[in-house]
Amino acid sequence: MIDTILDVTLLAFIAVTAIAILRLRNLFAIIMLFGIFSLLSAGLFVVLDAADVAFTEAAVGAGISTVLLLATLALTKEHEEKIPSHRPWLPLLVVLVTGAALIYGTLDIAPFGSASAPAQTHVAPLYLEQGMAQTGVPNVVTGVLASYRGFDTLGEVTVIFTAGIAVLLLIGGRRRENQTRKEKE
Amino acid sequence: MKHNLILRVVSKILIPLIILFGLYVQFHGDFGPGGGFQAGVIFSSAFILYSLVFGLDTAEKIIPPPVLKVLASLGVLLYAGTGVASLLLGGNYLDYSVLAKTPLAGQHIGIIVIELGVGITVAAVMLIIFFAFAGRGRT
Repeated sequence: MIDTILDVTLLAFIAVTAIAILRLRNLFAIIMLFGIFSLLSAGLFVVLDAADVAFTEAAVGAGISTVLLLATLALTKEHEEKIPSHRPWLPLLVVLVTGAALIYGTLDIAPFGSASAPAQTHVAPLYLEQGMAQTGVPNVVTGVLASYRGFDTLGEVTVIFTAGIAVLLLIGGRRRENQTRKEKE
Repeated sequence: MKHNLILRVVSKILIPLIILFGLYVQFHGDFGPGGGFQAGVIFSSAFILYSLVFGLDTAEKIIPPPVLKVLASLGVLLYAGTGVASLLLGGNYLDYSVLAKTPLAGQHIGIIVIELGVGITVAAVMLIIFFAFAGRGRT
């Protein structure tokens, strides 16, 4: 009962935040609302007993990405440019069709927490039953992430590493270049 | 930034606690929620807080950007190297069971080492990205 009330409250707050983000033009306020959005999602994950995901959402979504967006904001203007008015019919049609398709897709999803859902019948029982004996790690999420799905996690780390290299290549060397140019002048 | 006395004092108290919490999340990920990814982000947030309060130049003196580049690669190398080590010991790639005498001990070592690799890379890359963006505004 309490779970349902919490779910509905958090989802309502998330919806309100999303609408506010859509309607605002002040980028600073939007970044703050993004942080709040992530924090609310983290709360929702906690209610759903996904503590690891909630942790990541709170640390990355509400923490680091807010700081990075603020650092980006310092390089640009604080207000979004007013876009000249245009006909919204085609985008509206695309959004409506996609939304209808997504809602049609949810009709097939198994009920929440159902033990016979495809996601619960494939490899999950094996992980839950054998995980402790095979990996010796009490936290199943860590066992799956680090041991059973070690290749995936290696891929994720490589993605992060690649992102760092990309940022360095695009804007990292800029400052030194400026300095040497100044020195030449 | 010289006059923000409250910010300076409070962040000086907070930063060691944040780093300690990051280490806890890193090495307690086997038992509770957490792991290398979250720990890396928390760890880097301590240094980001430091550079926000005390200035980017001071922060870059503590962690020079070249060191960050080495650390970012080191984490991935540690992870992939664990896989190669288990290959050399006769197992499959990233099969930690062969790393120690018993499979369970091997799994434990493998998981701790690769989580450490994840943590190092994530922390270093987050700082690299932050320094790149924050350093660009300065001319």
